[in-house]
Amino acid sequence: MEQLTAQLNEVLGMFGLALWNDAFVQVVATVLKFAVLAVALLQIPPVMVWLERRAPALMQRRRGPNRVGVSLGPIKLRLYGLTQSFADAVKLIFKEEVVPEGAHKAFYHIAPIFGVFPAFLIACAIPYGPPIDVFGYTIPLSIISVDVGFLFIFAISSLAVYGVTLAGYASNNKYSLLGSLRASAQMISYEIPLGLSLIPIVLIYGTLDLNKIVMGQENFWHWGIFTAPVSFVIFFVCMFAETNRAPFDLAEAESELVAGFHTEFNSAKFAAFFLSEYVAMFVLSALCATVFFGGWQNPFISNAALASFVVGILNAPLASFGIALGAASVTNIAALIGIGVLALKAGFFMWMYVWVRWTVPRFRYDQLMDLGWKFMLPLGLANVVGTAFVLAALKF
Amino acid sequence: MNPYLPVLVVLVFGIVLGAILSALSFFMGPKRWTKEKYDPYECGVPMVTSAAERMSVKFYLTAILFILFDIETVFLYLWAVSFHQLGWFGVVEVSVFMIILVTGYVYVLRRRALDWD
Repeated sequence: MEQLTAQLNEVLGMFGLALWNDAFVQVVATVLKFAVLAVALLQIPPVMVWLERRAPALMQRRRGPNRVGVSLGPIKLRLYGLTQSFADAVKLIFKEEVVPEGAHKAFYHIAPIFGVFPAFLIACAIPYGPPIDVFGYTIPLSIISVDVGFLFIFAISSLAVYGVTLAGYASNNKYSLLGSLRASAQMISYEIPLGLSLIPIVLIYGTLDLNKIVMGQENFWHWGIFTAPVSFVIFFVCMFAETNRAPFDLAEAESELVAGFHTEFNSAKFAAFFLSEYVAMFVLSALCATVFFGGWQNPFISNAALASFVVGILNAPLASFGIALGAASVTNIAALIGIGVLALKAGFFMWMYVWVRWTVPRFRYDQLMDLGWKFMLPLGLANVVGTAFVLAALKF
Repeated sequence: MNPYLPVLVVLVFGIVLGAILSALSFFMGPKRWTKEKYDPYECGVPMVTSAAERMSVKFYLTAILFILFDIETVFLYLWAVSFHQLGWFGVVEVSVFMIILVTGYVYVLRRRALDWD
């Protein structure tokens, strides 16, 4: 055992690590956190698919899915069709993989990977809560906490365009190619206003680090929505355009282009594109919540204060068992509250995606591009200059 | 610890995850060859023309303009981070930069490079 430990230390030493030193713990924590996050993100598409069937049904006074549930022997749970989409996901895995004739094989296989990993990588950069305390180690709840936060997010999110472009190019199908051209032109067009809309946030909070931006929004009236309302409007519109969602879903306008760039993708590859679309939606929702709505912070009461209140309540009954929750559990409960609050805020924007989809009709392509280039871009530039002058007048 | 170490770890895991997810049905699914099944989708009829058709030059133009404006955005980020150190000097400098940028934008607009019809 000791020999094994020594050998392990020798191998780890090459990376500047040692068994259970701080860096080693952080790397292990990174892997564990990524595993938890990945499993959590994999649950998003089935739930969202269900929501997108159930919500419009209620809006249009239909019944919608209202049967499928779980039956475990005598226990029958009617879950209003929720489990149907989980079954769909499993079904897709067991389908035959059909690569169309004349497709560019290499690109065809690479494209879904390029769809999936940028979305997951950006999800890692979002701070999900205050740091937790495990066995005396302080572990931050964002997997990647680099001080260039925003730039990292933009760099990675641009990679998602490659997935779309390669998918359309590789498919040897007119609809795919047109869909991917439209989608990539749209995504890159709206990336500029998206980038511009976050510059006032950097000006106001003075940092690119998402953790510090969340910390800067401790006071309710310092939330991004109050300090930079125009940025929020631009960001909100770009959120829909970046993910190719209605009213900007021209890339897969069903009546014209079948399914857009993933027409020729089936089985697990289609599931991968589906997953990446919904994860991208979640990432932008969470980013919006983080930047403009205080991230994991409660309005008016700090998470730590709420956590110590909860611990105070819990300690009374636990005292009879001889257990007393200490400072570490206050930290951890604060983190849990943080995760819950961010999930609620992000969930609201996920709901907005569905809500808007069934409320606003689709744009025409020239209207879409005009909105991006002739309205959002000048507005974004004006917003940057305006914020800079106001801030400078206030500060210097 | 180097803060970019998790980036590397997550990058590897992300690519592996994507690869596994998209390759699953290659191992799990059946494989039965029929000619029609492997035809590209064309609403149920044989393919009329090749997919490699000519496409509007507008898309290239959009991509080029994107690169220009996106780099301008990145420049603005550098200034935004050091806004509080630079003070009025930075604001005036960026205003000059903006004037040049907007001149270019107006030129592009006037040449109808952004019109889709």
